Amino acid sequence: MDWLTTVDHKKIGILYFAAGGFFFIVGGIEALLIRLQLMFPMGANGESWFLDGQTYNEIMTMHGTTMIFLAAMPLIFGLMNAVVPLQIGARDVAFPFLNSLGFWTFFFGGVLLNISWFTGTVPDIGWTAYAPLSGEEFSGTGSDYYAIGLQIAGIGTLVGGINFLVTIINMRAPGMTFMRMPLFTWTSFITSGIILFAFPALAVGLIYISFDRLFDANFFVTATGGNAVLWEHIFWIFGHPEVYILILPAFGAISEVLPTFARKRLFGYSSMVFATALIGFLSFMVWAHHMFTVGMGDIANALFGVATMLIAIPTGIKVFNWLFTIWGGNIQFTTAMLYATSFIPTFVMGGVTGVMLAIPPADFQFHDSYFVVAHFHYVIVGGIVLSLLAAVYYWWPKMFGRMLNETLGKWSFWLFFIGFHLTFFIQHFLGLWGMPRRVFTYLPNQGWDTANFVSTIGAFFMAAGVIVILINVIISIKGPKAPADPWDGRTLEWSIPSPSPEYNFKQLPLVRGLDAFWLEKMDGKKEMTPAEPLGPIHMPSPSILPFFMSLGLFIAGFGFMYRGYEFESMFINNLFGNNIIAISGLAITFVCMFLRSVYDDHGYHIEVEELQKEG
Amino acid sequence: MSHAEAHLDKLPPEPEKATLEGRNKVLGFWLFLGGETVLFGTLFATFLALRGSVLDGPTGSELFDLKLVAAATFILLTSSLTSVFAVQAMHHKNVKNLMIWLGVTVLLGFGFLGLEIYEFYHYVDVGHGFTTSAFSSSFYALVGFHGAHVALGVLWIGLLIIQLKVKGLNTITAPKIYVASLYWHFIDVVWVFIFTIVYLMGKVG
Repeated sequence: MDWLTTVDHKKIGILYFAAGGFFFIVGGIEALLIRLQLMFPMGANGESWFLDGQTYNEIMTMHGTTMIFLAAMPLIFGLMNAVVPLQIGARDVAFPFLNSLGFWTFFFGGVLLNISWFTGTVPDIGWTAYAPLSGEEFSGTGSDYYAIGLQIAGIGTLVGGINFLVTIINMRAPGMTFMRMPLFTWTSFITSGIILFAFPALAVGLIYISFDRLFDANFFVTATGGNAVLWEHIFWIFGHPEVYILILPAFGAISEVLPTFARKRLFGYSSMVFATALIGFLSFMVWAHHMFTVGMGDIANALFGVATMLIAIPTGIKVFNWLFTIWGGNIQFTTAMLYATSFIPTFVMGGVTGVMLAIPPADFQFHDSYFVVAHFHYVIVGGIVLSLLAAVYYWWPKMFGRMLNETLGKWSFWLFFIGFHLTFFIQHFLGLWGMPRRVFTYLPNQGWDTANFVSTIGAFFMAAGVIVILINVIISIKGPKAPADPWDGRTLEWSIPSPSPEYNFKQLPLVRGLDAFWLEKMDGKKEMTPAEPLGPIHMPSPSILPFFMSLGLFIAGFGFMYRGYEFESMFINNLFGNNIIAISGLAITFVCMFLRSVYDDHGYHIEVEELQKEG
Repeated sequence: MSHAEAHLDKLPPEPEKATLEGRNKVLGFWLFLGGETVLFGTLFATFLALRGSVLDGPTGSELFDLKLVAAATFILLTSSLTSVFAVQAMHHKNVKNLMIWLGVTVLLGFGFLGLEIYEFYHYVDVGHGFTTSAFSSSFYALVGFHGAHVALGVLWIGLLIIQLKVKGLNTITAPKIYVASLYWHFIDVVWVFIFTIVYLMGKVG
């Protein structure tokens, strides 16, 4: 019950981790099924050996959608919740209530999407849901689950983004100027800004799909004057920034882990900040590079190609800064550091194929082949997942108060790392040899058999790596208690106990420079100098309203989805057909909003005596 | 001097920014409006892309009656002014005037909504429904979405008037009134673009 009502950002971070981790495993199982199907070519009698085409499409769609929206995003939000307020020396986030609302809308959106496995048709339209494939003509209720599930989850993301922007702008500790903020906070800041400007576009696009399907609108239906390419533009002006929403916090985590374990300050801090902001800006300028073969014309293709390549400049700045950070450092290869260092070359490979794809004439060759699949998995798994794992091993002690086992950690690293390259490196060649993506099977003896077999073996290595991580997590429950500062860290989060108390900082710290805690340690101090006298701390009260607000949207989603559906029971037909379910769902949400607006939450105070008692 | 008035005297000149919660709320709301800009930007872009696809349905120049729209515009822009008066009254700690001006704002909002409902009703009558053409779908999506914002704003400000009546003006209600007025101005600005891009451009060509 405590977990349903919590507004503590650290607990919400753990909720995000639990839900995101769960969906990561769901998406991973889907990936294994995909690879299992592609392990062997089509049989001699033309039979697929494992899955039929429809099921394959469903699994592939759900794999992509789950991994992006329900695994990577929440894991990143989990990290941001766990780390950002601590890094800037804040007692809380700006909007604790909205933070909880953000989690629950994401959670119910994700559940809605995955309920499709049990109740209806599963989305079979790819994670991009291209029109007219996602329209009524070609797909069943699966598209409704996609559009409405993501719509609800998207609300949570937008709310979270605004929350972190305000937190970082308004709630920094005394002395924590913008140019003293740790890089993970900086990247979270820019990412939140991208979310703010990218997600509303997705929301509108999803509304259009829903309107087309449920209310016979004509946005993407070409027969009635709609424009299917419009969906692609709307989707990618969200979808391209989305990959930077994911990768920037990953960059930030790497920029925290490398200096800590190299015992050096981050090389080129201000250029890192500049590069992050520039990437954030450029991410909105390049969406049409996903559409080179749509027929936009040479000029548009060339402009978007050049704009895309520009991103290599700030990214290159970052890569060299990371290299110079570890250069000549006193390197400690902990599990987190292994993941972080392996991230650099892996991500660079993904970046190089990205520049290759940014050349329009070449893209006409690579388009819709496994080369593209290899490219984005190098960026998203090699970039985001490797750095997320680095971040998890690095911040786990602070989040949970327990250490993860290093030996198991190294096992998981090598299994995952080798498995990853085994799976995806060869897919570059599969693409160049002509294997198209999104196909559920292929003819034997086209030169693709061995490579596909190898790729699938790699996927099992990755799965083994993930299983070892799970074992590590489970045994860490009884593992050694984490000290406040297990890695001899540099930033503020390490100056308070692990796990951090609910009020984070007993007294707000006085920040004197970059790497604030490290500065104090170099001066021979054990802890931060407080910026204020000890006083009572104001805390927000827990609330169940966010849970019910999201539940209301969840119910309304079903109501809209099945409004035109024929049930066997007349009673249920009436409920859905007259929008009674939809309206009552929305009513629950609005009543919760009303209650939230009317009842002022004064919170409570933790008194000085209590603070002193805890030591 | 009554208790409530004594309390008002202690209120700082800009009560919406007196507490950290208030400052957070105002900043967060500005950012939210940034997101709303993208939302409406996408709706506008869609409308511009699809406004030529009228199929057999009526075109904009056949439909639009500029006199009616001009009246709606006048009403809505006036309501922006009255919401400014409301915030000024708040800064002068004149709760009575604050409530009056908010009330006038709500009434003007209702007036605008009434005209819009009449307008939509008329359009459907002459064969311009939501499903008629891509043009009509994008028209109702954009203008209707704006209308939904106005309706929400009317409810919201109405609720705030009741809250003011019950709780009075303090550092919790003041930020709410301030962000509601920001919201209201935002809706008005969007309407100016709708007036230009949908109606004027639709009428002229």
